[in-house]
Amino acid sequence: MAQYLLKMIQPVGEVPDQSVLGPVMEKLGAIQQELAAQDSWVFGGGLHQPETASMVRPGDSGPVVTDGPFAEGAEFVGGVTIIDVEDLDEALRWARRYVEATGLATEVAPFIAGMPRA
Amino acid sequence: MTPDSGGVNVGAVFRSEYGRAVSVLTGVLGDIDLAEDAVQAAFEIAIQRWPQDGAPPSPAGWIITTARRQAIDRIRREQKRDDKESAAQQLIEQQQPEPEEVHAVRDDRLRMFFTCCHPALAPAAQTALTLRILGGLSTAEIARSFITSEPTIAQRIVRAKAKIRDARIPFRIPDDAELPDRLDGVLRAVYLIFTEAHLATAGDEAMRDGLAAEAIRLARLLRELMPDEPEVTGLLALLLLTHARRPARLDEAGELVPLDQQDRALWDQDLIAEGHDLVRACLRRNHPGSYQIQAAIAAVHTDAPAFTETDWSQIVALHDQLAARDRSPVVALHRAIAIGERDGAVAGLAALEPLADDRTMQRYAVFHAARARLLTLLGRMAEADASYERAIGLTGNSAERRALQRRRSEGMP
Repeated sequence: MAQYLLKMIQPVGEVPDQSVLGPVMEKLGAIQQELAAQDSWVFGGGLHQPETASMVRPGDSGPVVTDGPFAEGAEFVGGVTIIDVEDLDEALRWARRYVEATGLATEVAPFIAGMPRA
Repeated sequence: MTPDSGGVNVGAVFRSEYGRAVSVLTGVLGDIDLAEDAVQAAFEIAIQRWPQDGAPPSPAGWIITTARRQAIDRIRREQKRDDKESAAQQLIEQQQPEPEEVHAVRDDRLRMFFTCCHPALAPAAQTALTLRILGGLSTAEIARSFITSEPTIAQRIVRAKAKIRDARIPFRIPDDAELPDRLDGVLRAVYLIFTEAHLATAGDEAMRDGLAAEAIRLARLLRELMPDEPEVTGLLALLLLTHARRPARLDEAGELVPLDQQDRALWDQDLIAEGHDLVRACLRRNHPGSYQIQAAIAAVHTDAPAFTETDWSQIVALHDQLAARDRSPVVALHRAIAIGERDGAVAGLAALEPLADDRTMQRYAVFHAARARLLTLLGRMAEADASYERAIGLTGNSAERRALQRRRSEGMP
């Protein structure tokens, strides 16, 4: 099994109202249950808008906390899910489900693990 | 590699068996790099031994068995060093020493196609990897065919293999639900290799002959592996029927000869006969797809004893079928060209008109060349000249550019 990070790419600033969000959240819940039922759900959640994030950077006299980072582009990672599945094809199948449920582009990134076997 | 060792051409065995051996070993080891290293080591041993000992009765089987032993030795050495239980070793020792169960080998090469042409890899990586592993071409040969530098190709292949390993792109034939899409990706990669050779958008034309032959070899292999997929048969037929016309594509001076002026006696009749047989075999299955329809179009062209005797009605009908499944402007362009031949230049121009605003078409030499031809037929020479100029400016191929310049200066359609 291998773990993948699914990053949902979301437009900055646009928070859809509840009538749109409600059915989407329902679908996401259903996908999560399916993943959990087959022991593939590791972790997941949505993120607030990028201006709520804080940054800690290395500084000359220890780490420094600042506001931000603010998204440079029009998009940010609005939510993440970590799944534990067989291989990339299975990860892509779940990613398709998320894309269909949210209408958002999703990046699929593999976690570093041991050498894969066929 | 020495050309001849022990009565067997090791180079030829390499070309024909490298893909099979690496695929089988990847199936055992679960790692393409390990498999390639083992198979290369086996060929190095063959070069030393075959001239002295004589070639083995089954060179391909010998290579696979030797490569397997090489891999076992290497894994044991590394295991001693790491003192780690190796899953690969367990796998390898579970296997019977003789892997030549025909069916399994076939499946391994098919798995390799699906891995190399995985949609998570960029098209340029797919073609390079397919040529390297399944075609047995060196990175230098691939670089020459694609008119790019060897380090570029080498890096492309290294990155693709790293992604296969790190992102765990599976070594597996997709299940029925995903197969049509994924097979389409494999066919597209092979077709891309062929068009790179045949259209030669940049650089020297003659050098690409080998690449076209390689694409046909890969298509033949795919058909052998998936004889029941009509689109696979369609692709092979399309490549054969396109390649059959290659001897007539260049004149004695090495200049490009357009279809309407080609000496059809030069067309390769064996390839045409084979292509026609394959098209008929597809049509019988009545499961049309893009490659089958394109092959049928090529079959109609190769049926005509002269350009003027081409059955344009049938070609337009086939283009209609193609346009119904593929809304791309390139498909619409070729349909418009066919309409121009069937119904005359006025109808052809009318069919081209809706494409004029398309941004892809505005930058596409074939569109402007088609327009120039139709305008010339109508005697609208100033407009034709302008279209020729656009086409000449847009084509990246020097032979094509000269052919267009000739047509333009001679006021030819």
